[in-house]
Amino acid sequence: MNPSPETGAKCEVLFTVNGEAKKVLAYPMERLLDVLRHDLKLTGTKEGCGEGECGSCSVLLDGMLVNSCLVPVAQASGASIVTIEGISAHALMRPLQESFLGCGGAQCGICTPGMILAALHLLEKKPEPTLADIQEGLAGNLCRCTGYMQIFEAVARTARRSVAE
Amino acid sequence: MTVHHIVGASVPRKEGWDKVTGAARYVDDMTLPGMLYGATVRSSAPRGTIKNISFASGVDWNDFVIVTAKDIPGKNCIALILDDQPCLASETVNHPEEPILLLAHADRHKLRKAVEAVSIEYEPLPPVQTMEESEQQSTIIWGTDNTFKSYLVEKGNVDSVWKEAAHIVEGEYFTGAQEQLYIENNGVIAAFEPESGVTVWGSLQCPYYVHKALMALCGLTEEKVRVVQMETGGAFGGKEEYPSMIAGHAALLAIKSGKPVKIIYDRMEDMVATTKRHPSRTRHRTAVSKEGKILGGEIEFTIDGGAYATLSSVVLSRGTIHAGGPYYWPSVRIRTKAVATNTPPHGAFRGFGAPQSLFAMERHMDRIAQVVGISPVEIRRRNFLKPGQTTTTQQVIREEIDLNHLLDRALELSDYAAKKKRFAEENKTGPLKKGIGIAAFLHGAGFTGSGERYLNSLVGVEADADGNVRVLVSSAEFGQGTNTVLCQIAAEELSLPYESVAIAQPDTTVVPNSGPTVASRTAMIVGKLVQSAAKGIKQTLTKTGVLGDEYTAEQFRAACREYIAARGALKSYARYEAPGDVFWDDEKYRGEAYAAFAWAVYVAEVTVDLTTYSVTVDDFVALQEVGKVLNPVLAAGQITGGVAQGIGFALYEKVVWQNGRMINNQMTNYIMPTSVDLPPIRVFFEELGNVHGAHGAKGIGELPMDGPAPAIVNAVDDATGVPFRSIPLLPEDLFEALRRESLEQDALSSARGTL
Repeated sequence: MNPSPETGAKCEVLFTVNGEAKKVLAYPMERLLDVLRHDLKLTGTKEGCGEGECGSCSVLLDGMLVNSCLVPVAQASGASIVTIEGISAHALMRPLQESFLGCGGAQCGICTPGMILAALHLLEKKPEPTLADIQEGLAGNLCRCTGYMQIFEAVARTARRSVAE
Repeated sequence: MTVHHIVGASVPRKEGWDKVTGAARYVDDMTLPGMLYGATVRSSAPRGTIKNISFASGVDWNDFVIVTAKDIPGKNCIALILDDQPCLASETVNHPEEPILLLAHADRHKLRKAVEAVSIEYEPLPPVQTMEESEQQSTIIWGTDNTFKSYLVEKGNVDSVWKEAAHIVEGEYFTGAQEQLYIENNGVIAAFEPESGVTVWGSLQCPYYVHKALMALCGLTEEKVRVVQMETGGAFGGKEEYPSMIAGHAALLAIKSGKPVKIIYDRMEDMVATTKRHPSRTRHRTAVSKEGKILGGEIEFTIDGGAYATLSSVVLSRGTIHAGGPYYWPSVRIRTKAVATNTPPHGAFRGFGAPQSLFAMERHMDRIAQVVGISPVEIRRRNFLKPGQTTTTQQVIREEIDLNHLLDRALELSDYAAKKKRFAEENKTGPLKKGIGIAAFLHGAGFTGSGERYLNSLVGVEADADGNVRVLVSSAEFGQGTNTVLCQIAAEELSLPYESVAIAQPDTTVVPNSGPTVASRTAMIVGKLVQSAAKGIKQTLTKTGVLGDEYTAEQFRAACREYIAARGALKSYARYEAPGDVFWDDEKYRGEAYAAFAWAVYVAEVTVDLTTYSVTVDDFVALQEVGKVLNPVLAAGQITGGVAQGIGFALYEKVVWQNGRMINNQMTNYIMPTSVDLPPIRVFFEELGNVHGAHGAKGIGELPMDGPAPAIVNAVDDATGVPFRSIPLLPEDLFEALRRESLEQDALSSARGTL
């Protein structure tokens, strides 16, 4: 079992989640992942390994892609957090989701929210990524179903579409 | 009538939008009012008698729900095939991490400390930890001979072939355990009400397996057990039998507490406690003519089943039937067995025994080629099964499969001949050695032999007054595309748009038992039943005169409205009927093993770095004949995903055992391929069709697991000249084998020197 850092007293943590100010009462070492899923009911962020290997729990923290299973909630105090639920308005989001659907980039779907956030983060930095850029950009997100080929294609297709527009 | 091309089109996956938006509901995303969280106390000993269970102070035990074997209302077993596995160990434990006691609490933070505060004393018993120890039978840990199951397949007269043989080629091959590593761990929620019984929501492949297990465990009748499959985050066989265990645990806690209980494993618990692919050992002894024709041979295939029988007999069956590969054996004797060891039971994993015995067969073919002095291509050409010939179980190949054509095309797609020549030249210098390897194989679709007859699957299709159609099956979606292809088949049959057909969430109170979601049977067998049930809806409407032979979607809607208003519910069911000309003899293990085989030739290109001892796969061609491809994007996704798992099986994924327990039970030290580890996986299909499948479909899900490992190791052999016999082949294994090889070479040259 993963450590449950229930020691010490709960404290108040203030941060912004998907653009809304939030206040939660949590153990300071509690994982941001658990606070998002249990306290804020944002269950689109998934747990895969609990140790920062699989990337299923990826969220954006002040614009950085992080594994929310490795972030103690106290460390997120004052930060701005974006989860899969809070990013539908992003200009790249719909093309990315449609490409994932069209190319077969989502199979069982459990890695998909994290994978999509990682892809979005990559495309923001590199609007015209090479295959090597895509492979590198998604290397922290494991997928057991697809063998990644169709995910690479989905990201490349999104880039082509958005550059063409 | 509009022409529909829904079957064969890459329509988007039914539940796809929910998955890409994060809205899809997996079991851990669900909460019930008053719900408790459950945890499992497991054995630390590989084998022993439980002497005492004590609860340390410092934990308020009154706050916990505690369940032991004494609390089981029904039979203490996980009902599956032999019912030998307890749900909770009561007197003895037979493997590390065996469940003994269950705890539940409203505050999930309190569980970890409580689990650690339960201590169990054991009187140790001697454990059996390897197949060899199990076979020696000096310690008996299961039945009278440590053997869960054995099979004997005999064809022709093997004893007479040895004297005619120009060559007798022997080889021994090994494959390791492999973790399914679905990204969503096992999890369930159970609730209990005295009037309605037990309900379980879970991540699972086979709702009716769980249903059967819960009836026995809880002593409840059919109607008092309800199983609902939630969105399932990968399974690959790993959620075929284990969900019955975890569902049983949650149900026991729910019955005792009267509250809903959620149990979700974390990664470490999932990896250490649940099933993996059976480790295997295969021995080949083959009589070959001067020209390289197989005259006959003996194959011994043994798998490690772990501590309880679970599915080992069935895994062994598939491994047995696939052991001869896609080759013609005039005579063969195949002896196989599944043996017991004191490790957690091994179980279903994509391929189900076939990747193990086919690894051996395909490595052995390269070995035979070397002995005969012909190429890996030529040895296969001379021995491929042809239409009209029989397999090892004497099944006549009725379809017009041309394996030489598949081989030619795969060689061309991979530029095999030119690469082979170039690598031989380039490998003369430098530390980078390149190689290219082939694997040819087959995979039977559906349950083996009489299996589908016993399953007796039932499928329903219903339409409402607005003409919305719903497919009713217990076949589960866990990424492979069940929802989508079954809806495509129904829409095609009813000449309706794909969007008008939905699939019911598998819920045993709503859907009939269409059998387990395993064995590459869903598209082919369940798909065919969906097609007939859909046809039944159409016939009902036309026979009652509310619909003509040709119609628009609008006319279909009007007909449904009219029919339902006049006569009530519009539902149609179809039950499996075995083809009449199929015979199977369970005693002799002879006959038509599968209604259809998929066929494939894979080619892997590798670089072996003799500085780092790493192997990189540079290119991968996967060519297969799978009957009609129902959805090209989903089908290609099955192949690339299976190939990636096969590459992991060959080169990355090593379960490290210590006293019967996996000690690298983390994603940090059990390594699966990441996005930077894989070559381009190039997928090609041939479509011969299949009379037994929906629109000519065959099974596809497991096939791609069979070929990558032997193709890759054949390529590593080609690059290095070292005949590797075991997988996984990690850099340390490669280093060790090369070191041994060079020691043997040194010994050989010094021996020669003294002559």
